[in-house]
Amino acid sequence: MEREQIEMDVVIVGAGPAGLAAAIRLRQLAQDQGRDDLSVCVLEKGPEVGAHILSGAVIDPRSLDELIPDWRDLKAPLKTPAVDDHFLLLREHGSLRLPTPASLRNEGHYVGSLGNLCRWLGEQAEALGVDIYPGFAAAEVLYDEQGAVRGVATADTGLQPDGTPGPQHEPGVEIVAGRTLLAEGCRGSLSQQVIAAYELDQDADPQTYGIGIKEVWEVDESVHRPGTVVHTVGWPLDARTYGGGFLYHFDERRVSVGFVVGLDYANPNLSPYQEMQRFKTHPEIRRHLEGGRRLSYGARALVEGGVQSCPKLEFPGGMLVGDAAGLLNVARIKGTHTAMKSGMLAAEAVFEHWANASEPAAATGVDRALADSWVWSELRRARNIRPAFARWGLWGGLAYAAADTYLFGGRAPWTFSQHADHEQLQRQSEASPIEYPAPDGELTFPLLSSVHLSNTNHDEHQPCHLRLRDPDVPIQVNLAEFGAPETRYCPAGVYEIVDGDQGPRLQINAANCVHCKTCDIKDPTQNIQWQVPQGGEGPIYSGM
Amino acid sequence: MTNTILVVAETAGETLAASTLSTLTAARELDGPIDVLVAGARPAATAENLASMAGVRRVLVAEAPHLAGGLAEDLSGLVAGHVEHYSHVLAPATTFGKNLLPRVAALVDIQMVSDVTVIQDAETFVHPIYAGNANETLRVLEPHKLLTIRPTAFAKEVVGGGKAQLERIDVGETQAQSREVELQLDQSDRPQLESSGIVVSGGRAFGSLEKFRLLEELAADLNAAVGASRAAVDAGYAPNDCQVGQTGKVVAPELYIAVGISGAIQHLAGMTGSKVIVAINKDPDAPIFGVADYGLVGDLFEILPEFHEKIRQLRSEPKPELAEG
Amino acid sequence: MKVLVGVKRVIDYNVNIRVKSDGSGVETENVRMSANPFDEIALEEAVRLKEAGICSELLAVTVGDEASQEVLRSALAMGADRAIRIDVTESPQPLNVAALLAAVAREEAVDLVLLGKQAIDDDANQAGQMTAALLGWPQGTFASELTIAEGRARVAREIDGGQQTVELDLPAVVTADLRLNEPRFVKLPAMMKAKKRPIEERTPEALGVDMRPRVERVKVSEPVPREAGVKVADVDELLDKLRNEAGVI
Repeated sequence: MEREQIEMDVVIVGAGPAGLAAAIRLRQLAQDQGRDDLSVCVLEKGPEVGAHILSGAVIDPRSLDELIPDWRDLKAPLKTPAVDDHFLLLREHGSLRLPTPASLRNEGHYVGSLGNLCRWLGEQAEALGVDIYPGFAAAEVLYDEQGAVRGVATADTGLQPDGTPGPQHEPGVEIVAGRTLLAEGCRGSLSQQVIAAYELDQDADPQTYGIGIKEVWEVDESVHRPGTVVHTVGWPLDARTYGGGFLYHFDERRVSVGFVVGLDYANPNLSPYQEMQRFKTHPEIRRHLEGGRRLSYGARALVEGGVQSCPKLEFPGGMLVGDAAGLLNVARIKGTHTAMKSGMLAAEAVFEHWANASEPAAATGVDRALADSWVWSELRRARNIRPAFARWGLWGGLAYAAADTYLFGGRAPWTFSQHADHEQLQRQSEASPIEYPAPDGELTFPLLSSVHLSNTNHDEHQPCHLRLRDPDVPIQVNLAEFGAPETRYCPAGVYEIVDGDQGPRLQINAANCVHCKTCDIKDPTQNIQWQVPQGGEGPIYSGM
Repeated sequence: MTNTILVVAETAGETLAASTLSTLTAARELDGPIDVLVAGARPAATAENLASMAGVRRVLVAEAPHLAGGLAEDLSGLVAGHVEHYSHVLAPATTFGKNLLPRVAALVDIQMVSDVTVIQDAETFVHPIYAGNANETLRVLEPHKLLTIRPTAFAKEVVGGGKAQLERIDVGETQAQSREVELQLDQSDRPQLESSGIVVSGGRAFGSLEKFRLLEELAADLNAAVGASRAAVDAGYAPNDCQVGQTGKVVAPELYIAVGISGAIQHLAGMTGSKVIVAINKDPDAPIFGVADYGLVGDLFEILPEFHEKIRQLRSEPKPELAEG
Repeated sequence: MKVLVGVKRVIDYNVNIRVKSDGSGVETENVRMSANPFDEIALEEAVRLKEAGICSELLAVTVGDEASQEVLRSALAMGADRAIRIDVTESPQPLNVAALLAAVAREEAVDLVLLGKQAIDDDANQAGQMTAALLGWPQGTFASELTIAEGRARVAREIDGGQQTVELDLPAVVTADLRLNEPRFVKLPAMMKAKKRPIEERTPEALGVDMRPRVERVKVSEPVPREAGVKVADVDELLDKLRNEAGVI
C-alpha cells in the first residue's frame, strides 16, 4: 500500500528533554527572526509526552535557564531544591558516609520528575507552535538517492503477528523533512541504524551502558525530607561490578529510589532487578521507605561512555542529540542538562542552515558547536572516571576518581578507553551463583507485580518488536553457555525459558516490555534487536 | 423515618432470576416492609413464589403481553409511577436492572447509584468503581434512593416464611417505540465464564493442550466454566476467550479453582473478587497461595484426577436443594 | 441522518489507578488520560454509518474542562464532522451528563445518540438510558450489532445469558458494548488536520441544565486485599472444607 507523505522543515524523533529543547529553540528562533513559516514536528512513541521518560532525577537547571529563563514563573515542575547530599558506601552490615565528590554536589539543582518536566516542556513547545504527536512511533529512516536522510516513516499499525496486514491495518506515514533530529534517548533504534550507516562512531570507543531501575514511593510525613539526595556505592554489588543506588526526596511525600548496574557486569547470574530489590533492604535505605507505599516502577538503559564513546552528531540530512548521542555525564549521574543543551545547539545550527536556504544534506557544523560548548568541556573532565571503575573496580575507581578530580581537575593527560558491554559476560560455568532473597511484599516485590506498576501494554496481535536475528541462538548459545542471562537482565520479565515438548525454548512476552533497551545492548551475541512496536504502546509512567 | 422498599424483580422466562434473591437480601438490610414488582406476560408463578419470601409485604403484579421482553421503554414508566411511595427502589445490577433503573431514575429526576455492594445506612452506599480497583462510598441526597444491587455481593438465598398479598397493578399502554424481535439464550450446557458460579482455571503447568483437557473434564462434572492464565493461553492450551486477568476477563464466582497457576498480579486482578479461592500448585511460594482460601501444594497431575474422582462420587450423592437462576 | 456521539475523557485503560491516601478520590494529576474505550467503539460505529452513507453529519460531544478537547481532537481525526465541548469543571454526575446530552440532541435535531455503555472510571452505566428517558426515545443498550434501515434501528443487545435483538423507532439512543466493533487506529495526517479544526463550546447555563450534584462522595478507598487462607494436607481435607466450611460444593 502507498504511504502518505507529510512535509515538514524539521522532524524530531522523541519528545524527551533533548528533542523538546531542540523544538522549543527552533520555534523561538523562528519567532524571534520573523520566520514563523518554520514547521517543526515531534514524533513520540509513548502514548503521551513523558510516558516513556524515566530518570532519577536531580536536575541541573543550567540549560533550562538558558532556554526558558522564566521557567519558575511559568510553573515548571521543578519545585524541590536539592539541599542535603549524602554519599554512602554500603556494606552488607553497616555503611560509611564518604565525603561527597564534587561531581555529586547538588547545590542549585532540583529534585523532581523528568517525566513531569517533559510534559511541561511539551506544553511550552506546543504554545510556540511545535506539533507534537504522541502515539506515533518513528520506525524507519528514509534515505534519498544520494544516501542522505530525508525523514522518517511511522510504524504501520494493525499488522498481524506474521507481519501481514490485518483488518485494521493502516500503513505508516512518511514525514519528509529537510532536517531530521534523532532524540530517541539511550540506544535509540533509529539512531543505531544511522550510526551504523554513516559510521558515526568510527573514531569513538564502543559505547558502554548501565541499566537503571527506579521506583517512586509515597512515604510517611515523619520521614519525608524534601531535597535530600542520597547516592550509594558498594553493597549489594561486589567490588568488580560498577553501579550504585540513589534515593531522592521530592515533593508531595514522594521519594525516588533506584539502582544502576553497569551493563559491563560479568556474572550472568546477576539480576539488576534483584539487586535493586535487595538494595532497598539496607537499613540506610529501608528507613526512608518503611511504612510507605510504592507507586510506580520502571527501568531504562543509560549511556555511560562519555566523550570517548560519543559518535559524531551530524549525518547528511540530520543529527543525533542528547543520549542518542551519548551525552550523559556519568560522574555527575546527570544528562538532562547536556541533552537539552545539545538539542539547543542542534536547533541553532539547523535554524541558521534552514534560514540561509542551505542544501539540507550539507553539514551544519553542529559537532564543532558542541565541541566549543560547555557540554564538551564538562564531559571531557569526567571522561576517565567510569573507565577507571571498569579497570580497577570499586576501590580503584573511587581512588582514581578522587585523584583525577582533585589532583588533575579532570585534565589528566590520558584517556582510558571503553569496552563493549555484551562482550563482558563470563560463561555460566565459570560464574558464581547468586542467591537472592524472596520478596517480602512490603519493601521488596516479585518482578511481575513491579512490571504491573509500569502500566505497560502492547497489543498481542502484532509482530514481535523484539526480533531475534537467529532463532537458535537463545538456546544453543545463550542458554547453553551463559544460562540465559536475558531472563535475569530484563527488568520486565519479557524473556523466559520454558520447557516445551521439544526441549527448552525462549518465550518472549513482548507485551511486558518497558522499552529500556537492555536486551539490545547486553545480549552476548547481539542477537536481539529492539524495534519500535506500533505507536502508543509501552509503559505509561507518571511522575518518573 | 422508616424505610419502605420496592424491589423490581427480574424473571427468567416464567421463573425468578437468582439475581432477584440477592436484591431481596439487600432489601432486607434496609429494615422495612418490602414490596416486589414483577412484570411480564405471565408473571403469576413468579409472583406466587415471591409472595412466600420473608420480609415481602406485597407483590405488585404487572401482567401484559407487551411486558414479555422486559423492555425498558414500557417498564420504566410503570416503575416510575410507584417510586414516590418508597424510600428505596432496588433492582439487580444485571443487564436487566442496568437497562431499566437509570431510565426510571431519569423519569423521576433522581440520581441513582449503580452496583451497590454494601449498604452502610439508609442513604450511604458503597459501590466499586474503576473495574473494582477502588470502592466509592456515596451519600445520596435524593428523596428516594434508587439502587442497582450487585448480585455477587449479597446472598442468593431463598428465605421462606413470607405471606405477602398479591396485587395486580395498572400496566398502562405500551410506548410501542421498541420491540423484541429475537431472543437467543446461550444453548451451551456449560456456563459462561463471567457468570458461572464455579470457575476452574489452569496455567502453563499443564504443559500441553491434551493435558489441559483434564481441567475441562473436571469443569464438565462441576458444571463450571473453564478459565486460563495468560501463560496458558499464550502457550496455546486454551482459547483466548478463556483468559482470566487484567487483559482478559474479570470473574467473581462463588468458587474459583486455580490449578497450576502461579498467580501473576495480572491474573490476580481478574479473580480476587471470587468468594472462595482454591489454589493447587507445586510451588509452595507461588503468589496464588497469598490470595487462596484453601491451598493444596503438590503435583497437579496427581491431585487433579483424585479431586475429580471424589467430586464425581459427591455429585452422585443427593444434595440439598439450591436456588438456581 | 444526524448522529451524536458522546466521548468522555477518563484515566487510560492501561493505567493502574491509585487511590489518594486521604481517600478523597483517585489520583489524576500527571496521569495519562484518554477517551473512554466504550465511547471509542460508539464513535467507530458512527464513522462506519457515515462511510455507509447512512449518517450525514457526525457530531462528537464531550462534557469536561479544557483538557477534554484532546478526546475531541481524536474524534475529529477518526471521522467526526463537528466537535462540541460542554464546559464543566467538576466531574459531573450521570443524570447531569444525560441532561446536557439530551439538550444538545434536541438543539441539533439528531436522529441517533450513540454512547459507550459505561465509562471505565465511575462504571455507572447510566447516561445512555437516562438520555433516552429525558428525550422520550427508545434505547438499545449493550449493543453488539447495529443496523439502521427504514427509520428504525435494529440492535443486538448483549444480555446476561444470551442476546436480545430489539427494533427501535428512530430517533433512539444506542449504547455500545465491547463486541460492537474494533475501533480504527487514528492516522497521523488526520490527527494533523484535526489539530487545526475548531471545537465548539457550550455551557450548562446556555443549555438550561442545572449541574447541582445529587450525590455526595464520602470517600474512595482501596479494596481490602485478600488474606491468605489455609493450606490443606490433601484432597479429602480440601473437599471437606469446600463442603462443610465454605459450603460451595
